[in-house]
Amino acid sequence: MNGHESALGVAAAVRRGDRSAAEVLEEHLARIGEAEGEIHAFNTLTEDAARAAAAAVDATVAEGRDPGPLAGVPVAVKDNLCTRGIRTTASSRILEGWVPPYDATVVSRLAAAGAVMVGKTNLDEFAMGSSTENSAFGPTRNPVDVTRVPGGSSGGSAAAVAAGFAPLALGSDTGGSIRQPAAFCGVVGVKPTYGAVSRYGLIAFASSLDQIGPFAHTVADAAALYDVIAGHDALDSTSLSEAPPEASARLEAGVDGLRVGVVSELVSADGMAPEIAERARRAADALSAAGAKVDEVSVPAATYGLSAYYLIAPAEASSNLARYDGVRYGLRVPGEDVTEMYVRTRTEGFGAEVKRRIMLGTYALSAGYYDAYYGKAQQVRTLIIRDFERAYESFDVLIAPTTPGTAFKIGDIVDPLTMYLNDVCTIPSNLAGHPAMSVPYGTASDGLPIGVQVLAPALGESVMFQVAAALESTAGSL
Amino acid sequence: MTDTVARTAGPGTTEWETVIGLEVHTELRTATKLFCGCPNSFGDEPNTNICAVCMGLPGTLPVLNRTAVDYAMRIGAALHCRIQPSIFHRKNYFYPDQPKDYQISQYDIPINTDGWLELPDGKRIGIERAHMEEDTGKTTHFGGGGRIAGADHSLVDYNRAGVPLVEIVSRPDLRSAEEARAYVDELRAILVASGASDGKMEEGSLRVDANVSVRPVGSPTFGTRCEIKNMNSLRSLGRAIDYEVARQISLLEGGGTVEQETRHWDENTGRTSTMRSKEEAEDYRYFPEPDLVPLDPPQEWIALVSDGLPAMPADRRAKVAAAAGLAPDSDAVVTVVRLDLDPLVDAAVAAGVDAGLAVRRLANEVAASIESVPALDVDAFVSLLGMEGRGELTTAQARTVLRTLLADGGDPVAIAKSLGFEALGADALGQAVDAAIAGNPAEWERYVGGEDKLTGFFIGKIKAATGGNADLKEASALLRSRREAG
Repeated sequence: MNGHESALGVAAAVRRGDRSAAEVLEEHLARIGEAEGEIHAFNTLTEDAARAAAAAVDATVAEGRDPGPLAGVPVAVKDNLCTRGIRTTASSRILEGWVPPYDATVVSRLAAAGAVMVGKTNLDEFAMGSSTENSAFGPTRNPVDVTRVPGGSSGGSAAAVAAGFAPLALGSDTGGSIRQPAAFCGVVGVKPTYGAVSRYGLIAFASSLDQIGPFAHTVADAAALYDVIAGHDALDSTSLSEAPPEASARLEAGVDGLRVGVVSELVSADGMAPEIAERARRAADALSAAGAKVDEVSVPAATYGLSAYYLIAPAEASSNLARYDGVRYGLRVPGEDVTEMYVRTRTEGFGAEVKRRIMLGTYALSAGYYDAYYGKAQQVRTLIIRDFERAYESFDVLIAPTTPGTAFKIGDIVDPLTMYLNDVCTIPSNLAGHPAMSVPYGTASDGLPIGVQVLAPALGESVMFQVAAALESTAGSL
Repeated sequence: MTDTVARTAGPGTTEWETVIGLEVHTELRTATKLFCGCPNSFGDEPNTNICAVCMGLPGTLPVLNRTAVDYAMRIGAALHCRIQPSIFHRKNYFYPDQPKDYQISQYDIPINTDGWLELPDGKRIGIERAHMEEDTGKTTHFGGGGRIAGADHSLVDYNRAGVPLVEIVSRPDLRSAEEARAYVDELRAILVASGASDGKMEEGSLRVDANVSVRPVGSPTFGTRCEIKNMNSLRSLGRAIDYEVARQISLLEGGGTVEQETRHWDENTGRTSTMRSKEEAEDYRYFPEPDLVPLDPPQEWIALVSDGLPAMPADRRAKVAAAAGLAPDSDAVVTVVRLDLDPLVDAAVAAGVDAGLAVRRLANEVAASIESVPALDVDAFVSLLGMEGRGELTTAQARTVLRTLLADGGDPVAIAKSLGFEALGADALGQAVDAAIAGNPAEWERYVGGEDKLTGFFIGKIKAATGGNADLKEASALLRSRREAG
C-alpha cells in the first residue's frame, strides 16, 4: 500500500457519500502539483475534464443513482490510449498536434465505471523501451529513487501510481511494459490474457502482443480495474467473445491445494541477479507454507522468447508505424516530392529506438528473409505456447521473477541489447498470449523494490489474482 | 502432327502464340465498406464517406463486413471455385491514397481457389483464385501529365478507401485479345448475375490488368510476361493486348528479349510504356494481418450461398439454345441472355409457342428497344408470338405489332386489327397459291422445269390476290412443296 489509499477504499467512500469525488480529485491534484515537476509522470494533465467528471460522479451520487464501481477514483492513462478531444502522443514527435476524434474502449469503460481520468502518462516512444527514457518529451523518474528509471514502457503510469498521483493507472504490455515498471516502482501490474481487454484505441506497437492492463497498489484494486476494462468489444476482432474471468472472485480463497510451479528457465535467466532469483523462490516457499503444492517446472522454449520477440514485435511495428507518413495527420516535414516528404517526416518525427525497430522489422519481413526470421520466430512462438500448456497440465499457476535486476540509474544503459534483456522474464507470456502479473515482493539490498510474477494459462485470471493476493499477504513478513 | 523443322528463327518465319492471364478487380456492392460502417457509394463529395477506421487513424482496428464475405463466396461459387478457410495478410507499401500504408488483402490462403469460367464458345478458362481485399483511395495528380512523378500537387479522395474488392485471377489460358474480351464480358455477366457486383467498368467497379506474353506455337514453356495496367474499357483492353503482342513479337523477331515489367497503357497514344521494371518491383513484405482472426465460414453458410445462386449466363444460354435448337454461342442466344430476356423465352415455351421464334423476336426487335422491356407485358408478347406462329400474322406484320407493343403496350389482337392486318390462315394462303398456279399454267410449267427466277412472279400474284396480308416466306415454301409434290 506504500501508505497510499486504495482505489476500492476511495470508491466505497464516494459511493456511500462519505467523500466527494471532487474532494478526492483535489487531493490527488495537489499531490501531482507538489511532485510532478520532479517525477514527470504525465505528458498531459487533464484537470478541467477531471473536475467535470468528478462533479458528474458527485451529482450521480446525490441523485441516488449508481455511480459505478470505481466512482471518483482518479486514474492515470498511458498516452498511447486514444482520448477524444485530448491530445494523444505515444510520446512521439510524429503525432505532434494530433487530437483523437474518439475514445479507446478502455477509456469509455473507465468513464462508465465512474473513474476520473487525471492525465495522460509518459512512455517510451510508441511503447518501445524499458525505461521511459525513449520519450520525445523527456524521461520519467522513479518515485522510489528519482535518480533511477521507473522502467518502461509504461513508466509514467507506474510512477503515477507509486507517487500517489492516482490510485489506479492503465498501461500497455507488449513484452513486459506493465510488469517491468510495476516491479521497478513497487506496485502491482497486470498483463491480461490476449483478447481479454479490447485494444480498440490503443496505438499499436505489435498487434499480436499488445494488451492493455492495470496498475494499482493492491492486488484487489488491480482486480477491480481489470473487471471494469475486460470483456468483449465488437470493435476489436481479436477480442474474445466469451465472458471474461472475474478477477475479483477469489481474492480471499487462499492457495490451499493449488499447484504452483517455479519456472526454472526464468529463475536462471541470462543476467538474473541472484537475490531476485532467490526472492522468487521465497515467494514460492511462502505459498507452500500457505498450503500450495510447489515444485520446479521447465518451460524450455521460454529461453528463445527474447529472440523470437525481437523479430515478431519489430516486424509488426514496421507495418503499424507506416501510417505516420505526414499525409493525413501529425507531423509533416515538406519535401520536393512525396517520397522526400515521407523521408523527412519520419526522419525528424521518430526517435532512434523506433527507427531501429522499424529497420529490424522491415528486414525480418523482406522477401528471401521472411522464412528465416519472421517465419521461424512464429514457430518458436508455437513451441512456447506448447511448453506452457504442458506445464499447465501439472500446475495451476507458475511463478517467476519479473525482472533480472532492480531499477537502474537514468542514462546507465545505452546499449540496446542490454536494455532488451530487461524483458527476458516477461516476454514469454506475451508470445503465449497468457496472463501474467507482477506483485511487489519486498526490496533488494539496494533498497529498491523487487517484483515477483504470477503466470496463468489463457483466461486463468481468477486463479492468477487469487495466488497474487495470497502472495501479497505474505510480502509484509519479508 | 506439328512440323517443328520448318520453323526457324528469323523475322516472319515463326508463328507466335499469345498467352494472356487476367487479373480483374471488382468492387462488391455492399452497403458499407469492408472493415468499417462507412457507406460504400460512388460519386459522392470527396472525403465524406470516411471515418477513423478507414482513415487508418492510430488505434483503430478493422472489423470484417459479413455481407462482403457472403458476396465473395457468391463469386467463388459462381466461378466453380473451392471455398476454403482463409486468412488476411498485410501488403505493405507507401502511397498517399493508402491510409495505413498497407493494404489488407489475402495472399497465400485466399477464400476462393481453383475454379473455372466457361466462355460462350464452350472453352473453359481456369480461375486460379478470387480473393478479398480493400480498395485504396483515389489520387488526382495536378501537373506532370497526371502521374505522380513530376506532379505539382495531388489531392486524395478517401471515399473509396476500404471499399470491398474481390480480385479474380485467371490462369494463363487466354490466347487472343478477342478471347480476353470475351472472358471479361462473361465474367462481368457472372458477377452481375451473382448479385455481388454491379460490374460497371466506367465507374471503376471492374478493373482489369493483363499479363501478356508470346511464345512460338508449340513451345511448352511460357515467354516472359509483361503486366499491362490502366485499361478502362473492353475496347482499350483489346487494343492494349494487340499493341503489346505486336511489341513483344517485334522485339523477339529483332533478336531482342522481353523484360519482365509492369507497363502502363496510354489510351491516347495507343501504346504501352514501362511503369516499373522487375528490379524496381516493390517488396510488399506480406505477413498475416494480426488485427483479424482467420475467416472460416461454416459449411452451412457456404451451402446456403451456393444453393442460393441464380442460374449463371452459361447455364441460361444452354437452356435457351436447347429450347430454340440453336448453338449456345450463336449471336441470338448470347444477346437474349446478355439482355436478361430469357425469362420471356421460358414464358413462350410454357405457352407452347416456338422457342426459336421467341428468340428471333427477342434478339432483334426487343433487343433494339431494350429500354422498353420493363413495360413489356409477358402475356401480350407470348400471345403475339402465338399469332405469328399460327400464321395469323405475317413476319412483317408481327414485327410491326411488336414494335407498337414495345412502344405503347396494349393487346396484340387489337393492335393487329387497328393496323388492318387481317388474319390470313394457312388454308387461305394455300388457296391463293393454288389459284396462282391454276391461273398461270405456262409459267408453272417453266417453274417446275427449274426456272427458279419465276418464284418472284408467283409471289407477286399471291401478294396481289391477298391484299398484302400473306406471309410471303410461307408462300414460297408452299410453292416449293407444290413443285416437289409434282
